[in-house]
Amino acid sequence: MSERKVSQTDLFVTFLTIGAISFGGGVVAYLRDALVRKKKWIDDTEFLELTSISNTLPGLNATNMAILAGDRLGGPLGSVLAMIGMCLPAFIFMTAAGVVYGSHVDRPLVDAALRGVAAAATGLIAATWFSIGKKSLRGFYDGFFVLAAVVLVNYFKLSVPVVLVIVGGVAIFTFRPKPKVDEKAAEEEQWIKSLG
Amino acid sequence: MDQIPRLAGVFSYLSFLTIGGGMAAFPEMKNLVVNVHQWLTDEQLVHVYSVGQMSPGPNMMMVAEVGYLVAGFLGALVAALAFFLPTGFLTFAVGRIWNRLAGWPWRDSIQKGLGPVAIGMAVAGLITFGKGAIHNWLTLAVALAVFAASLRTRINPALLIASGAIVGVAGLR
Repeated sequence: MSERKVSQTDLFVTFLTIGAISFGGGVVAYLRDALVRKKKWIDDTEFLELTSISNTLPGLNATNMAILAGDRLGGPLGSVLAMIGMCLPAFIFMTAAGVVYGSHVDRPLVDAALRGVAAAATGLIAATWFSIGKKSLRGFYDGFFVLAAVVLVNYFKLSVPVVLVIVGGVAIFTFRPKPKVDEKAAEEEQWIKSLG
Repeated sequence: MDQIPRLAGVFSYLSFLTIGGGMAAFPEMKNLVVNVHQWLTDEQLVHVYSVGQMSPGPNMMMVAEVGYLVAGFLGALVAALAFFLPTGFLTFAVGRIWNRLAGWPWRDSIQKGLGPVAIGMAVAGLITFGKGAIHNWLTLAVALAVFAASLRTRINPALLIASGAIVGVAGLR
């Protein structure tokens, strides 16, 4: 793993900044802007590679990307610093939200506001996944696996890990590596045909 | 205090279900947080999750708020570490061997296969979530308006969600 000459302080401050300003999500876009465009620490090809690793693994994109890019730029220490930088502002934000929520505030008012927030969040999350689906779903099998996951979780009430194993397993098997054409057998077949 | 090990167990387990993002784990989170441990009500969990969507950085840091509500500041810290550390180590390790996996034919199969599954799990999670968030015509209208605004404009999502709070205060008391 080639480690580049990026100062650990610079690395930490960059991720801390993104961790603090990326209100409302979309962290990957902020990361690309900072790492690829402004700092030019990594190029678009490598960035795309990191997002594809990040998408394949459990864990959030924001933190997976911080770990992967941090390691490429500053080794294990860089990875830890990038992760802390990315998470610290959110941790303070959400703990503060817990303090407010748990305190004796005007309960009916807060609950009413949060009902609106929850409705808005539903629309937002739906829009996010609608865009991702429109961009990446291709063909019958893709649609089938989406539907299978939804039906098994919401209609048959199977638990998430069970559905992940079943549908994930079938999906990976469906897209299994194509067996290499057995050249010798093909040659023999050709030979037999030429006889007839 | 006896809730601390439970928080650690629940959130480290949930972290491995977040294929494609936090929403995939929501039905199981609801099961554990609301039904099994009864830390929050269904509505409270939906509210805490929604506030997480406004947060900067990883939106699943909402686990820290759950931890705080269950066991104070230590609970917040434990929930966050439990949720982000185990998958963090996994990501670090796979990041290091990824290039060596380039010749492994199943690498592409896993990527192709998990793509639609991740979307399906997120939609399934969203349906579970929506049942707790959409109660009447007004909440439905807010969700549809935000859906459309988010697809058609470039307004910051945190502002869209905050505007939901205003509608809530005005019409959902």
